[in-house]
Amino acid sequence: MTDRLPGFSTLAVHAGAQPDPTTGARATPIYQTTSFVFNDADHAASLFGLQAFGNIYTRIGNPTNAVLEERVAALEGGTAALAVASGHAAQLVVLQQLLKPGDEIIAARKLYGGSINQFTHAFKAFGWNVAWADPDEIESFERAVTPHTKAIFIESIANPAGSITDIEAIAAVARKAGVPLIVDNTLASPYLIKPIDHGADIVVHSLTKFLGGHGNSLGGIIVDAGTFDWSKDNKYPMLSEPRPEYHGIRIQETFGNFAFAIACRVLGLRDLGPALSPFNAFMILTGIETLPLRMQKHCDNAKAVAEFLSTHPAVSAVNYAGLPGDKYNALQRKYAPKGAGAVFTFSLKGGYDAGVNLVSNLKLFSHLANVGDTRSLVIHPASTTHSQLDDAAKVKSGAAPEVVRLSIGIEDKEDLIADLDQALRA
Amino acid sequence: MNHDAYDDNYIRSILNNVKSIAMVGASPVNVRPSYFAFKYLAQRGYDMIPVNPGHVGKALMGKPFVASLADIDRPIDMIDIFRNSSHIMPVVEEALKLSPLPKVIWMQLGARDDAAAEKAEAAGLKVVMNRCPKIEYGRLSSEISWMGVNSRTLSSKRAPIPTQGMRLSLNRTSFGGGQTAASDRAAKNKTETT
Ligand SMILES: Cc1ncc(COP(=O)(O)O)c(C=O)c1O
Repeated sequence: MTDRLPGFSTLAVHAGAQPDPTTGARATPIYQTTSFVFNDADHAASLFGLQAFGNIYTRIGNPTNAVLEERVAALEGGTAALAVASGHAAQLVVLQQLLKPGDEIIAARKLYGGSINQFTHAFKAFGWNVAWADPDEIESFERAVTPHTKAIFIESIANPAGSITDIEAIAAVARKAGVPLIVDNTLASPYLIKPIDHGADIVVHSLTKFLGGHGNSLGGIIVDAGTFDWSKDNKYPMLSEPRPEYHGIRIQETFGNFAFAIACRVLGLRDLGPALSPFNAFMILTGIETLPLRMQKHCDNAKAVAEFLSTHPAVSAVNYAGLPGDKYNALQRKYAPKGAGAVFTFSLKGGYDAGVNLVSNLKLFSHLANVGDTRSLVIHPASTTHSQLDDAAKVKSGAAPEVVRLSIGIEDKEDLIADLDQALRA
Repeated sequence: MNHDAYDDNYIRSILNNVKSIAMVGASPVNVRPSYFAFKYLAQRGYDMIPVNPGHVGKALMGKPFVASLADIDRPIDMIDIFRNSSHIMPVVEEALKLSPLPKVIWMQLGARDDAAAEKAEAAGLKVVMNRCPKIEYGRLSSEISWMGVNSRTLSSKRAPIPTQGMRLSLNRTSFGGGQTAASDRAAKNKTETT
């Protein structure tokens, strides 16, 4: 019997799941329980001391969540994963393992607006500083490296403009600086891009978007690539030093190439507390089973809509990496050959007011602050998700006043095009 | 043998076939990785022997420590070495003097000595380096999946309920062996930087 690598769709359906040990239930049961009984005192002590595999309390781990974790780890090609309550919680838990007050992270300027806020305000209050770099100019990452740099953070496909990041070039900067590369793979999903294959050490997701895919459950996940040596120069004491919370265990020495995922669980999630509900884990798992089918349809629809808009008289520009003339088209063909994703922006000749009008005239597209739903969505970033940024920062992050963002769903593309056409004419 | 990435079948056949394991460098201190691994392997039914000259007179889970491999009174199938890479060679040399010879030399996570591995392989032994048998057992049985670890295995059969002393089936369908793009890269990064 030789090992055979199953395809992505097989993993999307099966990885991590197995018929339930007690009942034989084939769908993954929702283990809606806070806690788990111990076999005896020794078993309890072994679990608390991280000596045995098993469940204690749902803030630390839960069997439904574990299926989700293994599934996403398998799809991304990582060694392990940790599911948490939201994409933002994933970012918090990751950085808590890496940064102390006074340390720095280099982040791409093109990020989801909420992440820009999180890094600029909430994390600053922890004494974690952020240096912004421009993913279109790799040297700006190199220039930002200082002795305090502890990580580099980018999005594979960046929200809101759908631009594609040159992951390999930035991974080379991270390797040279001796810090891990963290990639938010939310907008691509592993169906389009597997950042670990391109040099990422940690992948994070908002499961709320394409992985869950139905706009019904918040969630986040952290995937450990197993590639980074945390003990090399004692830069990451959460992983390399004896941990007083666990009687002096060193996490990397004990857990090897999935140490980062364990640190996130036993030092991050346990103490910070943003646990994912098992019910949400179940909903997201069900969504992931159809990820390859949905993602392809999302991309095919998005390309058709982008092509339509690019010839429309009311539209001044379309930013969709899947269009042949687009600035990011070469990167898209390298990193995401199956499709450029389903989130992109376009600009209206009529400016800010035309953006506000379009949103109110659409009948099928929903005006809301989310992406990656089966339904098609629209938002005017300048007046919503990116409204806290000043005008210069809005432009730099791809959310200028005349810009509208779409997240294309899996409806029939003819209906989406007809809806946009009537709204642009109205 | 490619010691950067093992095929699952190789690891599986070792863990399925060995019965007695001498653990060199076993520690009675309950936060050391050797203690975790010793206890787990004992619970999964292996005949475990702790070897550590510093703790003779004490016992680990009821098993008395011995000072050296030569002091063990029965044939041993596998030697699990919990020592730094620089201390591997003398242990392997000692192992190769045993009669009957052990079948497997296993070096723990973080430990690797290619010269010692070559010597053992030349004598017909199987060698695993830079791995933990507890983690590999947990992965191949999928028991470790409870911690979100990618077992890199699939199964459509009902999962077992692990109980004390129970041997678990390691015969799930594997994918990708020990090899992932990431594991290759990690091995490569290591050699580049050292
Ligand atoms: C790229 C990206 N990362 C992270 C997040 C944050 O995720 P969550 O809303 O699940 O906290 C979002 C949400 O819109 C996102 O689009």
